[in-house]
Amino acid sequence: MTQLEYLLQQLINAVSMGSLYALMAIGLAMVFGILRLINFAHGDLIMVGSYGVLLLNAAGLPFIAAAAAGAALSGVAGLLMERLAYRPIRGAGDVAMLLNSFAVTILLENLGIVIFTAKSRPFPSPEAFNAVVELGAVRVSSLSLISIATTVILLVLLTIFVTKTEIGISLRATAQDLVAARLMGIDVNKVIAAAFLIGSCLAGVVGVLWSARIGKVDPLMGFQPVLKAFVASVVGGLGSIPGAVLGGYILGIIEVLLQGLLPSSLAPFRDAFVFALLIVLLLFRPNGIMGGRDKEKI
Amino acid sequence: MKFPAKGKLVYAAAGAALLAFAALVVAGGSGYAERIFIGLAISIVLAEALNLFNGFTGLFSLGHVGFMAIGAYASAILTLPLQAKASNLPDLPAWLAQVQLPFLPAALVGALVATLVAALVGVPLMRLTGPYVSVATMGFLVITQVVLANWDSMTRGARTFAGVQSLTTPVNAWIWAAVAVYLVLRIKNSSFGRSMRASRDNEIAAESIGTNVVGQRLIAFCMSAFLTAIGGALWAHFICAFSPKSFYFSQTFSVITMVVVGGLGSILGSVVGVLFVTVLSEILRYLEGGFSLGPLAVPPVYGASQVIMAIVLVLVIVYRPTGIMGESDSGLASLGKALGRRMGAGGANK
Repeated sequence: MTQLEYLLQQLINAVSMGSLYALMAIGLAMVFGILRLINFAHGDLIMVGSYGVLLLNAAGLPFIAAAAAGAALSGVAGLLMERLAYRPIRGAGDVAMLLNSFAVTILLENLGIVIFTAKSRPFPSPEAFNAVVELGAVRVSSLSLISIATTVILLVLLTIFVTKTEIGISLRATAQDLVAARLMGIDVNKVIAAAFLIGSCLAGVVGVLWSARIGKVDPLMGFQPVLKAFVASVVGGLGSIPGAVLGGYILGIIEVLLQGLLPSSLAPFRDAFVFALLIVLLLFRPNGIMGGRDKEKI
Repeated sequence: MKFPAKGKLVYAAAGAALLAFAALVVAGGSGYAERIFIGLAISIVLAEALNLFNGFTGLFSLGHVGFMAIGAYASAILTLPLQAKASNLPDLPAWLAQVQLPFLPAALVGALVATLVAALVGVPLMRLTGPYVSVATMGFLVITQVVLANWDSMTRGARTFAGVQSLTTPVNAWIWAAVAVYLVLRIKNSSFGRSMRASRDNEIAAESIGTNVVGQRLIAFCMSAFLTAIGGALWAHFICAFSPKSFYFSQTFSVITMVVVGGLGSILGSVVGVLFVTVLSEILRYLEGGFSLGPLAVPPVYGASQVIMAIVLVLVIVYRPTGIMGESDSGLASLGKALGRRMGAGGANK
């Protein structure tokens, strides 16, 4: 294998990881953009979706149908979360919201433990996910390519949604200025529900792809990806959807680079380097890459 | 200053509960009562320390447990007898392998290390705006976690650090709890504290009268890290065996819950929050193991206590977003002022 081919192979790995981070970060960005809520519980929607796929598949549904239903289940869980935990305290301040999302996380994870026990279960990924695709000398897993393709399709759909549909335009307007949007006759409750629904469905899709990647499902599985998604959304600029996508791909590339460059004695410290780089980035761009440099205007 | 009746009531209830615990312990009660009693004091130190930053600066750190871990590990290593060091931590650097300190100096060294780290991390972090600070401090927590779990020669890596000297007593724990309450109260009512709270309530206005908001936050962050590390050291010598996982999100969540349930920014509130959460979680933990109500037998459901705790927290936030005490400290503030005068340190404020 030539150096170029090796590079290409690593790039595909980076982009496929980055795709998952981007999908997660979009959900965080949509909710943050409107509510200024850092939604910790977003990761647990991954878990909800994955268990949904697992159970429906075991009940006899074909995998693709189960995956779609699992993503929809995440969406419903996100809607419920908004209605039960976040709507009652809307306007109570950022801290109350943040804390509520902490509480929802603990609630969902422990509910998962109560219902499914803490033991992990194997994820029923279909054969097609585990195949190795050879493009010349470049060997990549079909799952990587499926992740990238799925993300591209979803990003196109999302772009059409936020630029062409009425509710999508309302969503961007609300993110820009909630009070003004309400004065223009936008039903803010509907917009917020839509943001949760879409973000959560994306998390459900990530759930399917992530579980297929690690091969198992457990109640705490959403924790690691949501931490990474936070990094991605902060890198891009909190609340910016294009920023979230950009941050996700940057994070994917940085992780693969660190994997290749760190000497083996430092390899276990990879996540520490990722977060340290984040802090260094914030030193130069306190509002992330797409967040602009402006301070609050009076 | 007028005392709101509710404040007085909560004040009396908190005092009564603490006295009851103390009486139980002094009466030679069970080891269980003593452990709760010490645990309360340590939680008060941790909660007041967090309150000092999260309550007064308006930023919300999610990374303080990282400082707790630094205090705990530093103090545990420094107090370990030389023989235990040779067998448990054979790869310790030579200068550390030869040292054994008593509790107080070890805890202070740990706290100074944490303060230094806070200063280092704080320089980039304190310039950020609210939500970015939360995520970045969480990043700091992840960094400490990864470092602790992989620095085998110092921390035994992810394995349990066992055999830590049992040096936390009801007396030294409660002295530190009192010091924490007193210090944070004095800071709250000092000109520094007032200026900090002014910046919290209106950053632009505070800057326009010449307040160095970033510098102020950095100082608060460092002081808060110092106290948190002391809390960590007390905790280490109380629990005596822990691993990096002990200092992660569930611990973070528990301290934050105490502070917020009590009332962010209220010193008395943190004490009330500690009492509330400790008592509730002890009851829930007891019930989780299964119990019987007459003919009705409830089997043990592990994880259920956490679920109920989370629901209680959501309910408190929904119905009382500012916590039990709001931000008020009316009764305690005048007490602190009186104490301050008596000790010749002058009033808490002019």
